[in-house]
Amino acid sequence: MNEMSKIVRTVACVLIIPGIVFGLYVILHGHLTPGGGFQGGAVIATIPALFIIAYGEKSRRILNRDIPSLVESLALLTFISLAFLGLSATFFRNFLVNGGFIFGKAIRFGINPGYLNTGGLIPLLNLVVGLEVSAALSLIILIMYFGSKKEVLKDAK
Amino acid sequence: MILLEHVPLLLIAIPLLTAFATPVLGKVNSFLRNFWIITALISTELMGIWLGHDVLKNGIRVYTLGAKLPGLTSPVGFPIRIILEVDAMNAFIAMIVISIALISFIYCMRFMEWSRNLDKFYTLLLLLLTGMMGLTLTGDFFNMFVFFEIVSISSAGLIAFYVHRGEALEAAFKYMVISSIGALMVLFAVGLLYAQYNLLNMAAIADSIQNSFVDKVVVALLLSAFLLKAGSVPVHMWKPDVYGEAPVPVVVLLITSSLVSLFILFRITFTVFGLIIDTALLGWILAVLGILSIFLGVTMALIQSNLKRLIGYSAIAEIGYVLLGLGSGLIGFPSLSEFGVKAISGGIFHIMNDALDLSLLFLVVGTIIHITGKRDMNQLGGLARHQPSLALLFLIGMSAISGLPPFNGFASKLMIYESVYRFNPFLTIVGVLGSIVMLAIFVKVFVVTFLGIPRRKDIKEVPESMLAMMGILALFIIVIGLFPNLFVDNLITPACQALIHPEKYVEAVL
Repeated sequence: MNEMSKIVRTVACVLIIPGIVFGLYVILHGHLTPGGGFQGGAVIATIPALFIIAYGEKSRRILNRDIPSLVESLALLTFISLAFLGLSATFFRNFLVNGGFIFGKAIRFGINPGYLNTGGLIPLLNLVVGLEVSAALSLIILIMYFGSKKEVLKDAK
Repeated sequence: MILLEHVPLLLIAIPLLTAFATPVLGKVNSFLRNFWIITALISTELMGIWLGHDVLKNGIRVYTLGAKLPGLTSPVGFPIRIILEVDAMNAFIAMIVISIALISFIYCMRFMEWSRNLDKFYTLLLLLLTGMMGLTLTGDFFNMFVFFEIVSISSAGLIAFYVHRGEALEAAFKYMVISSIGALMVLFAVGLLYAQYNLLNMAAIADSIQNSFVDKVVVALLLSAFLLKAGSVPVHMWKPDVYGEAPVPVVVLLITSSLVSLFILFRITFTVFGLIIDTALLGWILAVLGILSIFLGVTMALIQSNLKRLIGYSAIAEIGYVLLGLGSGLIGFPSLSEFGVKAISGGIFHIMNDALDLSLLFLVVGTIIHITGKRDMNQLGGLARHQPSLALLFLIGMSAISGLPPFNGFASKLMIYESVYRFNPFLTIVGVLGSIVMLAIFVKVFVVTFLGIPRRKDIKEVPESMLAMMGILALFIIVIGLFPNLFVDNLITPACQALIHPEKYVEAVL
């Protein structure tokens, strides 16, 4: 795949910031609005795809498979560890909700605009899922890109 | 005891944690990774036995995820959270699953040594184990669907492990398509149930079920989905392909997963729908499918020369015996005669024996492939001279699977035969004939593979750990065969009682 024109490459670089910000917005508001970890993560994962399209062969130098792979594993581990932390009551117990600590604000009943600082464990789990999904989808894109160039993975024998 | 309360959950959560930690630890050191996996599995095994002991002594144990207390099942009058429910039957299946998994993982350590992408392999293998444990222990329909999908996806990945071989990819694709169809049927059935009753909990649905037309559709959908996964006759075509192509430790876990889906099938037919549906019709359908599976399994196994495909076909026949036993038990349900109870116990007993016998045979065949590099039995011969212990293990496995007296297959098959004879002698005759043909097939395999003149000189040694794992399986087969009463009285009868008394299952949650 050849690289595209300078306009496209520059715009791709500029779009990194809005892309990540929008992804994080969707992830962080997962407990208040439609969307959440998976959707936000998918938004973030569009950035490597954009880079591959814009830079073609050149992107091979900066994109590597090891980092998303490690991030993915660590995010999954964090997810299950958060679930284990509730084990003093039961697995997946939301021990942070209404606790006053992080994401621990108690909310009144009735109509309200939605407060970010609520939800307890749920926003944290959303964050971890967002990390995991963005890493995993980037990994899929990278592997499919490298695979499409007939570059068989080293360990596939 | 605080920990005991959490054991039903830890049985699922520890393999899951191990699965996620494996790629990270594998980056550090492969010894650390293997040590971690084995430690986690041994602790899970011990907890499984502990839970089984407790359930047999103190009755059903429930676990509510996310609640203040594990026992707090229905805070607002009906269960809203995910509930794990363990009775004697679940605990029995869970013990089988985790024991077979432990054995195949230890076998796997030497068997797959040569491969370079083991981190992800072990992750998928542990996810498969997680899925099976979840399917076994869950008391919630939607949760069941989720674990069903986990099993499907991870096993499709594992079947395609020898990715350089085109057939492996084809088998994985076939499996993926078939289990996706199954999963969609489960999802549709769960949706229908939820629309009708606003409930997802199995016990609560069993309590409030009516015999509406939609319920019949639900039963048909769930039945087809789980028969598909178990590989009974009309939908058996994925089995020989998959068993022929997947790595042997994976095949062993896949056999366990098809037995787990049989268990779910019976949990649904007996516990959830048992009291309202036309059990006689359903029982006959299952028994006839069982007979057809036996017939087709043994006749197709006759003409195979690929060892793994051959045992794959006999696995279809073995599924048939379980279906025959439990199906004929279902005919008289809920007013069971003595023979009905015996048929059900025989079927449950055969689930355990099936897992042991088929695992032993597959592990022996895997070892043969490992040391010679050949899968076709026509290219083998005279292995008994080099590997007498392997020949002995194969002899034990084949005698057990064809139901010869001092081994475990005989005990359970006899229970099935003598009780099914009271329902319909014809069913028993086909079953006995199937066993005889199976013996003939395996005698042929034994003679061709192990006796005669050695064809090859370049045979590797068998690693001790692999031999030890097969030895443990053989030991279990002999012990169960010699003292079947011990196992029937202490494990099978409580499991059977749990299955045929749905009201107790319902009571524990509501």
